[in-house]
Amino acid sequence: MSQNRKTIIPIGPYHPLQEEPEFFELSVEGEKVSDIDIHIGYNHRAIEQIAQRMTWDQLIFLVERICGICSTSHPIANCNAQEDLAGVEIPERAKYIRSIVGELERIHSHLLWAGLAGHFIGYDTLWMWIWKYREPVLEIFEKITGNRNHYAMMKPGGVRRDIKEEDIPYLKKVLDEAERKIDMITKAVLDDPVLAARLKGVGVLTKEDAIKYCTTGPVARASGVAIDVRRDDPYAAYGLVEWNVITQEEGDVFAKTVVRLLECFESIKIIRQCLEKLKKVKGEIAVKIKEMPPGEGKGRHEAPRGETFHYVRSDGSNNPVRVKVRAPTYVNLPTCKATVPGESIADAAIILASIDPCYCCTDRMMRVVNKKSGKIELDGSKLIKLSQEKTGRLRREFGI
Amino acid sequence: MNKKDIVVQIKEDLKDKIIFWEERSSKRHYFMINKDDIVFVARYLFEKRRARFITASGIDTPRGIEILYHFSFDKEGGEIVTVKVLVSKQECKIESLTPFITGATFIEREIQELLGVKFLNHPDPRPLLTSEDWPEDKFPLRIDYRDADFTNKVDEEK
Repeated sequence: MSQNRKTIIPIGPYHPLQEEPEFFELSVEGEKVSDIDIHIGYNHRAIEQIAQRMTWDQLIFLVERICGICSTSHPIANCNAQEDLAGVEIPERAKYIRSIVGELERIHSHLLWAGLAGHFIGYDTLWMWIWKYREPVLEIFEKITGNRNHYAMMKPGGVRRDIKEEDIPYLKKVLDEAERKIDMITKAVLDDPVLAARLKGVGVLTKEDAIKYCTTGPVARASGVAIDVRRDDPYAAYGLVEWNVITQEEGDVFAKTVVRLLECFESIKIIRQCLEKLKKVKGEIAVKIKEMPPGEGKGRHEAPRGETFHYVRSDGSNNPVRVKVRAPTYVNLPTCKATVPGESIADAAIILASIDPCYCCTDRMMRVVNKKSGKIELDGSKLIKLSQEKTGRLRREFGI
Repeated sequence: MNKKDIVVQIKEDLKDKIIFWEERSSKRHYFMINKDDIVFVARYLFEKRRARFITASGIDTPRGIEILYHFSFDKEGGEIVTVKVLVSKQECKIESLTPFITGATFIEREIQELLGVKFLNHPDPRPLLTSEDWPEDKFPLRIDYRDADFTNKVDEEK
């Protein structure tokens, strides 16, 4: 196809719910995507500069508001960095509570993604079911922290609130129920021939590319790069309980789905062990950090989307000199350059969504523009419809 | 290779490049190098030692702009080794790592516009975060930055 028939598809830019709003510009030749360009920065909030005006305690509340879905990942990473700087070790009970909150968040985040992925490819039943089963996890949060989101559980030196002994049976009951439901969904997803036809071999990220792009989290693990901060650099209670790192070799969208669904079971496993330990380990839930010495600290946490990294520098005063935040999407997002070109437009939506960038709010801004006339031919809802129609065709072919 | 080895190994292999080495704890290391050695050192860590590039952070200090490249050793035991370089404000440029570490693309573009450090041989040096009408000589993360000029301009337009 000749050069002048190329069409540019801008996807974005406003994406108000996520820390990194995105704008994808797809160059299309016929049905195939030939190139992709990513623009970010449409909603830059200058968190790193605001952080320099905060006290060390306030900083945790600020970084908690970077993201609404992984709202405990940034506080854990920042607390790790501050504790590294101050050279303190948190009490054992606080370690278990941190891991419980971190893992509950992973379950609800992965389920949120799985539901959205279902919606993108036209499996709305999957979407509604999964979100229904995600609800009890949020109720646990409300019970133990007082909030369904933005739990404010972390503070430098430990945790802010204890988990009460009488809440533990309730937590266990909800987890048992959730495990059964996730098990049912996982089996349904793994056995579905349409999903396999739709997602297998689509948007493959090779192991070499995963290393070259320095990816983290489920995106890296689905490409056979077995990295997980929880195991490689244990913090909180991750070194004290038994669990496995889930990896897949294929690197396609299906592998990323499998990694996320199977990780939910590992999270439940970790939470159960932590709850058992909480019954035995009593005592303080936080140590007091009297003052921040001058120096530097680095901390990280395996968020649902990958490694969250925080760097802090202190001059001994009440405010940090510099805070650097690296969210996982920042390194996972550029992989679209390796995965999207060569695929069809109908698959682009699910490939871009497969890195889990809270992409859901972007779709209403997607549109296909004819490069010659400048006329808008397709918008976001039509692109999703295209994707859903492809699944519909496959379903008819399979006779389901 | 165990935990002890990798740090000892780096110290040995780079002994003529390291200006000073700091050890905050057994897993958190910092070392300073000359800015002309950054490509050699980053290539050594990324390609030879198979470290993962986490990110870089730029800091405006009275002595110049400090850039910290954080590398993670995931398989060896979770050390984060940070390479520090100092770039003077008079000659604010440094060689880019993007040609061999694709994952450094975004962060170098970010430092370039927020702190005004020019990355030489960067394949795609467009601004990443700031808006299209952002003045080219204003760097929001520098200490002497005041946003008055820009605010006034927006107000006048209204």
